[in-house]
Amino acid sequence: MSLDLKTIKHISKLARISVDEKRAEKLAGDLNSIFEFIEKLNELKTDNVEPLTSIAKTTLKLRSDEVKSRNIRDQIIKNSPQDNEDYFVVPKVIE
Amino acid sequence: MSDITKQPLTELVENIKNKKLSSTEVTKAFIDRSEKSEKLNAYITNDFTSALDKSKKFDQKPNFNLKLPGIPMAVKDLFCTKNIKTTAGSKILNNFVPTYESTVTENIWNEGAILLGKLNCDEFAMGSSNETSFFGNVQSPIDKNLVPGGSSGGSASAVAGQLTPVTIGTDTGGSIRQPASFTGIVGLKPTYGSCSRYGIVAFASSLDQAGPMAQNVKDCALLHEVISSYDPKDSTSIDFKRGNYSKELTNNIKGKKIGIPKEYRVDGMPKEIEDLWQKGIQYIKDCGAETIDISLPNTSYALPTYYIVAPAEASSNLARYDGVKYGFRAEGENLIDMYEKTRSEGFGAEVQRRIMIGTYVLSSGYYDAYYLKAQKVRKLIKNDFDEAYKKVDAILTPSTPSSAFKMGEKTNDPVSMYLNDIFTVPVNLAGLPGISIPAGHDSKGYPLGLQIIGKAFDEQNILNIAYAMEEKINFKNKITDWWIK
Repeated sequence: MSLDLKTIKHISKLARISVDEKRAEKLAGDLNSIFEFIEKLNELKTDNVEPLTSIAKTTLKLRSDEVKSRNIRDQIIKNSPQDNEDYFVVPKVIE
Repeated sequence: MSDITKQPLTELVENIKNKKLSSTEVTKAFIDRSEKSEKLNAYITNDFTSALDKSKKFDQKPNFNLKLPGIPMAVKDLFCTKNIKTTAGSKILNNFVPTYESTVTENIWNEGAILLGKLNCDEFAMGSSNETSFFGNVQSPIDKNLVPGGSSGGSASAVAGQLTPVTIGTDTGGSIRQPASFTGIVGLKPTYGSCSRYGIVAFASSLDQAGPMAQNVKDCALLHEVISSYDPKDSTSIDFKRGNYSKELTNNIKGKKIGIPKEYRVDGMPKEIEDLWQKGIQYIKDCGAETIDISLPNTSYALPTYYIVAPAEASSNLARYDGVKYGFRAEGENLIDMYEKTRSEGFGAEVQRRIMIGTYVLSSGYYDAYYLKAQKVRKLIKNDFDEAYKKVDAILTPSTPSSAFKMGEKTNDPVSMYLNDIFTVPVNLAGLPGISIPAGHDSKGYPLGLQIIGKAFDEQNILNIAYAMEEKINFKNKITDWWIK
């Protein structure tokens, strides 16, 4: 398998990382050598193997649904990228 | 008292409790040495002024019942610290000041320790040499222009260089054990679920674990005892009875069965590593334990599996850095353009590479061929360990396939960089505990480490084995203070 520039451009679109031609070429080289290394897994037959999705054999604990963080408005607002009194101001993300 | 910074943690604790030393004296000593050690570039952010204030407050009203009474400590900059900048070694979090504290650091401060500052690391913990940090390389105290390993490179450098008595790092594929091995210190990667991940900047959530790094095994046991706790705020935290690891530490390992996996004898491994391993086997026998040859047949598939699972999880975890709610933002012509420019300018090359790998293996049409396949092989790797642990109590391997390398030596070849973690990655994939202890030097005088891998939740056992071996090995780290002169 070999990743061409078109595929690299496609992945970068999906990943929301802009790459120019020069970076795309470098990335194609790097990713191809990494995938060549990853292809080793094809040596293994895994048809009847259950995928491991969680390493810990525990069931999730239930807890009562109660409010624990009260009056933390100031803490939350503190990381707002822009100051605007009581609002957390961000760029418009919904068209 | 001279040479305060040379004292291991347990000795400092004793000296503070017996009032031979005050917290202020100890804190001042580590601050002085840290200030003289700027060349190492171990710190991203220091909090020295506040640390000194806290130590004075401690001395006015000391509580000697705490496990870390007035002990100063710097931590990896991957742990969120309330009101102290937390960057994960990335430009994208360059201005991020958390309003909350990670559970493991909170456990440490609750036992009386005092934050010295935040330690350098590879960007988002992705790297094996600390060369991917936005804040520059970390120098190893072992030699000039030598990498300290990674991703907890600043942590390793700070402990080996005596800028902090002990520290905590995180380990996703070897990020505690490999730098510990490169700098001649002890590093423990605990069982998955043993230490809370709450408040740790996420890299690969099914693999990430915080753990202690220290000058010796006893210090490591004490710090592990402090940080390991059940935490309802982390859904993967496991509620089990945790030991009093430092109190129960014993060098009596008579009758223990230690497995030696033949698959860890990899092609091209330097003879020095093989010799070290053989010496380790002899030490085990000298301690009255037994070694047994075992097989972990799928070992060579661990690294390819890791380079699917970890990037896949990373690409999902790092999707949150989009320039909208916090962190670095680049201006764009429209929303999509802003996202793409922010992430292109905010992430470094290695992080971008891994996000791209992860995005690809999770993308439509490739999920089964890569991600699902990797999850299946991960199961086989875990089965190998389960099978081995029917016969043995623990496993002994080298920590790394080589000693530390020079800066720039591997930066142009990602695969050769990834091979550093060949012996540590299987442990993360199987969720097991592993400890690296310094065991010798190579011909250049650089430290080499041995790794002891345990059963899940059997930290006490591997700490005991490490403790017994440490006594026999009698390792002396060669720290010349080259960066101070």
